[in-house]
Amino acid sequence: MNAKLRERLAFALLALVTVLVIVPVAFVLLILLIRGLPAISWEFLTQEPRSGMTEGGIFPAIVGTFYLVVGTVIVALPLGIGGAVYMTEYARPGKALRLIRLAIVNLAGVPSVVYGLFGLGLFVIFLKFGTSLISGCLTLGVLVVPIVITATEEALRAVPQSFREASASLGASKWQTVSRVVLPTALPGILTGTILAISRAAGETAPILFTCAAFYLSRLPHSIFDPILALPYHLYGLATQATNAPDTIKYGTALVLIALVFGTNITAIVLRLKARRTKRW
Amino acid sequence: MVDTNGEVISRGRAKREGMGFTSPDQDRVRTKIQVENLSLFYGNSQALKNVNVSIADREITALIGPSGCGKSSFLRCLNRMNDLIPDTRVEGDIKLDGESIFKKNVDVVALRRRVGMVFQQPNPFPKSIFDNVAYGPRLHRLCSKSELADHVERSLRQAALWDEVKDKLRSSALELSGGQQQRLCIARALAVQPEVLLMDEPCSALDPISTFRIEELMLELKQQYTLVIVTHNMYQASRVAKFTGFFLNGELVEFGLTRDIFERPKDPRTDDYVRGRFG
Amino acid sequence: MSERPSIRRTFESQLQALEQNLLRLGSMVEEMLDGAITALVNQDVALANRVIARDDEADQLDLDIEIECMNLLALQQPMSRDLRLIGTVLRATTDLERIGDYSVDIAKVAIRLSGTPYFKPLVDIPRMAQLAKKMVHDTLRAFVDRDLAAVQRICTTDDDQVDAMNSRLFDELLAAMQTRPEVVVQAAYFLLVTRFLERVADHCTNIAERIFYMETGELVELA
Repeated sequence: MNAKLRERLAFALLALVTVLVIVPVAFVLLILLIRGLPAISWEFLTQEPRSGMTEGGIFPAIVGTFYLVVGTVIVALPLGIGGAVYMTEYARPGKALRLIRLAIVNLAGVPSVVYGLFGLGLFVIFLKFGTSLISGCLTLGVLVVPIVITATEEALRAVPQSFREASASLGASKWQTVSRVVLPTALPGILTGTILAISRAAGETAPILFTCAAFYLSRLPHSIFDPILALPYHLYGLATQATNAPDTIKYGTALVLIALVFGTNITAIVLRLKARRTKRW
Repeated sequence: MVDTNGEVISRGRAKREGMGFTSPDQDRVRTKIQVENLSLFYGNSQALKNVNVSIADREITALIGPSGCGKSSFLRCLNRMNDLIPDTRVEGDIKLDGESIFKKNVDVVALRRRVGMVFQQPNPFPKSIFDNVAYGPRLHRLCSKSELADHVERSLRQAALWDEVKDKLRSSALELSGGQQQRLCIARALAVQPEVLLMDEPCSALDPISTFRIEELMLELKQQYTLVIVTHNMYQASRVAKFTGFFLNGELVEFGLTRDIFERPKDPRTDDYVRGRFG
Repeated sequence: MSERPSIRRTFESQLQALEQNLLRLGSMVEEMLDGAITALVNQDVALANRVIARDDEADQLDLDIEIECMNLLALQQPMSRDLRLIGTVLRATTDLERIGDYSVDIAKVAIRLSGTPYFKPLVDIPRMAQLAKKMVHDTLRAFVDRDLAAVQRICTTDDDQVDAMNSRLFDELLAAMQTRPEVVVQAAYFLLVTRFLERVADHCTNIAERIFYMETGELVELA
């Protein structure tokens, strides 16, 4: 078989593989759209669930998920970015640093239910926060921190050393260099980390199971110490326990969750593209 | 030829009188930086061996030598940029205006303001042209916000870049050509009002026209600043520098007036190098 | 010149060729000077004409050397002793070409005076010419050997000797012209010849001073 034929074959195979990857995702989306779209209405999105979730809307769940995501980001971003900055810019290379990095990589692979139990033990029980938004945010924050650290570290490492040298030669201290040159330049990469963190936080079910989510609540949370409804858990509840709820509501909820995640992703990607355009080097 | 006594003498004997070529060696030069017995160690390997040299105030001093001979390492000692590399050790002393730069209470940040640097690869920040030049002044709060624009303009004019960028100060610095970017880096360095400007092979990444432009710029700048340039292009040294030093294997083999180094070097190693006989 | 293996082999060989050409020109004008004096002493017109004809060859070689020097300067960016060598050759070729011209002038005098026997046998002029010839030869030798001691000698002792002879001959010929008006024409021409020979010696000191510069880097007046 000559080179040209091999080239064509390789191309065809790779295209096929790509299509195969997209097909399941497209399939899922299609089903969700077909079955769930009928449920979507203004009432659905703004009202509370009624009659054992067989009627009404999912407004509280949406709000709860939103609060959860915001809270997680508030917890994870400072910790993650700060940690990454320390490890990249300040820490002396050596065994200790390598161990820390190894630990972070391992943390990223811990199953989420384990995080849930961790959160339960530390925040809910030991610190007596109870089943609450703050427990959920802290737990999810810890879960998501490795993602933020890894993405931020990569972004920081991608900043050319020459920028740091130039800044130092102009008489900047290390912190000034980091804050005025390195972080702004690494922003696209940091945003990537944020995107990933948000996606995880919005879609996790197991951790929120133990720490913050309730099956049914009569009202929206008033403080961070209140429990919340969240879309993933709400979906789980609909699917397993509210068996007499119409299918459209279930698919509708799933659709909203996916839309939320997609929406956040796309927004962040757009922001990232815009940031990248001005900072390309 | 007949001399004043009416005697027939050879023309060779008749002195050329009245055509005095005064020797500029008589110029008195002030020392800006004094380097005494400087040795530099990267871990266990010695990069600089006992370097002694006086850098003249408001003149261009060039450092030439083959790759890896230590001239860039030497340059980076002058503004303590080697501090940023872990596991380096310095012996000996460097005095700026008579004061050692290695004393315990020396503020390295202040030193780097007085002794600026331009690098081999132009490295403007991924910000606007204005923000690049304003970076230093903002950092050190050199002037008020209202004066900043004037300050930036002055620096860009000094770097012979103003006319080309005055209408696009807010556009990204990365859209400039290589030569323009390098002049921007010079403007950025000048904006903190240094006394000494160190240039590490500033033209090696540039085309000949940009190179000549920057050499012209150097000749203008030396009226106000002391320039020390490292170059692997010895013809550049011969074009712009008054003093030249030849580095080989971490040693400063010979140092003196550029025209002496290139026309009649004393050390045979210098002689071989400038003639292109690397053995 | 460096004897170690060199990266610039082509350039080295170009420099060697340049030196060889200069020495060729030097031999040429040495022979021309010798021929001219012999022609003058023996009143040999044929020899004198041969000397004059040779000048074209000398001029052409001078031009070629100068062109090659300029080429090397433009293309090779020579430094240090290479630069000094080329600078020396550039000046020396001019000096040698002038010596050739003076030889031609002496040959022309020989032709002009060939019709009549000399009012006295030529003794001092050939002696002065010998000194001048020896200076030319010694200068070329000093160039090859880079001999600074010889350079010093050429610029002081030898040049002084030629000057002394020139002075003496001037006085003698002047006295002859004053006492015996019938020999004025010959004596005047002989005066010219002494002047030509004195100029030859001067050009030799010029070349010698450049040899000193080539070796030491110092451009000074030694004569």
